[in-house]
Amino acid sequence: MSAKVLIANRGAVVPRVIESCRRLELGVAVVHSDADAEGAWLDLADDVHALGGEAPADSYLSIPKLLEAAAATGATAVHPGYGFLSENPAFASAVRAAGLCFIGPDARWLEAMGHKTEARRLMAGQGMPMGASSGLLGPDAAEARAAAAAIGYPVLVKPAQGGGGIGMLAAHDAAELDKALERARTMAARSFGSAEIYLERLMERPRHVEFQILADGRGGAVCLSERDCSLQRRHQKVIEEAPAPGLDRAEVTALGDRIAGMLGSLGYDNLGTVEMLWEEGAGFAFLEVNTRLQVEHAVTEEVTGTDIVAAQIRLALGEPLDQVLPRRPEVRGHAVQARIYAEDPVRFLPSAGRLSRFKTPVAEAVRVYTGYREGGRVTPFYDPLVAKVIARGATRDEALDRLDGALAGFVVEGIKTNIPFLRRAIGHPAFRAGRVHTGLTPEILASGRQPPEKNIPRGIPQKKRGDVPWPTQ
Amino acid sequence: MADTVIRSEIAGKVWKIEVPAGGRVAADDPILILESMKMEIPVNAPVDGTVTEILVAEGDTVAEDQILARIG
Repeated sequence: MSAKVLIANRGAVVPRVIESCRRLELGVAVVHSDADAEGAWLDLADDVHALGGEAPADSYLSIPKLLEAAAATGATAVHPGYGFLSENPAFASAVRAAGLCFIGPDARWLEAMGHKTEARRLMAGQGMPMGASSGLLGPDAAEARAAAAAIGYPVLVKPAQGGGGIGMLAAHDAAELDKALERARTMAARSFGSAEIYLERLMERPRHVEFQILADGRGGAVCLSERDCSLQRRHQKVIEEAPAPGLDRAEVTALGDRIAGMLGSLGYDNLGTVEMLWEEGAGFAFLEVNTRLQVEHAVTEEVTGTDIVAAQIRLALGEPLDQVLPRRPEVRGHAVQARIYAEDPVRFLPSAGRLSRFKTPVAEAVRVYTGYREGGRVTPFYDPLVAKVIARGATRDEALDRLDGALAGFVVEGIKTNIPFLRRAIGHPAFRAGRVHTGLTPEILASGRQPPEKNIPRGIPQKKRGDVPWPTQ
Repeated sequence: MADTVIRSEIAGKVWKIEVPAGGRVAADDPILILESMKMEIPVNAPVDGTVTEILVAEGDTVAEDQILARIG
């Protein structure tokens, strides 16, 4: 296999993709904006290309600049990471039109699954469990009110081409709905270039459970494992784990296999994540298909011993699934990831600044990814993810204890982070018992429990670079 | 009585001014919406009153602690 991969992204995903490229002995080129001139990933690549600009539109969202970077660095493939242009069909098409390999699903899947109501229609046709929803709403408020009444309040107003929780607003009655419609349309138009919105039934205390799929576009598809990503703030995930605690293993495994079968029969390719909501008594309901690598992919890697990024690259380069993954891996042990955000740990307000001190922990069965280093600037231009830390254990408790120890081992000065919240969450009795749901965050904040003081082991030898934390397939 | 000063708690950008100078606000009404780290952060009025001054424009970059508006 021979390729040089341009990573069209920034931050923590870049070192992660580089890790797999190195394992596959592929060349790597990276990019950066002016605001990221001190990015920690710049030292890890064979070639570095400056995009200029600070705002995303002038840098990581500029298709011409990224194609120019690919040409300048001699890249033959492009990994889009997550966020930015990772699910943009125009970008995938432009990459392929330039004669390069796009490491992700075909542009037609980015198009189809990126449109939420189209994705619902496609997956419902495959027999996917669905919750109540409306079609696309026109400008007539009466139509929206009738649709909401048919679904039953409370409802969630959602952008049809959205993501990341942006523009999602709850409405508990018709008056709230009228306000939410206007605001959601404005936010959707501004964030996604489309004011299309629709309604879904709002589950009040659901769990967010998602299924990691690999597929080769020739009918081959496999579900590696499910993940629980219920602990969120502002509709964005904070702590994710695999497997999902407390669910019926046989039921979840069977659903994962069914979902893989659905995507396989559609001819879906590369990788994807099928996001579902689960509610006691109601079971599973489809949310959306994410047509990219997920921030939380590593928890699935840890419990299945699979390098998902390497698999993604090999599939994109044309290998069939049965060669990339000769058998479906068993799920063993437990893994949990925490996202360290640059924000106030109580109100979650963004916190920008210079990292006057920044040290990440090194510990057994713990992985840390960051795009920052000491002295670097955390700016308001990009998302607040400073680092992600993943811990594995034979049991859920062991994984959580290791994660807590790792979080305690971070030294971050110059900005605020959510680490105190993360440690409080991990220690919260409901979370510890696996009673997670998407509304748990306010309960954790209200609990006021301080994280337990622990003696964190020091002086653990640094892993050698290139040391593989899981067996390669 | 002196006007109440509204300061930015974060570094970011002014996305939308909800209430112009001269507009009436009730406590907890959003006066303007800031954008930072891909999040929208409403800046709410701490008290009932009239917005006497808006010191920023939509699209402006603001620093933490910068004065955004005054309410009288």
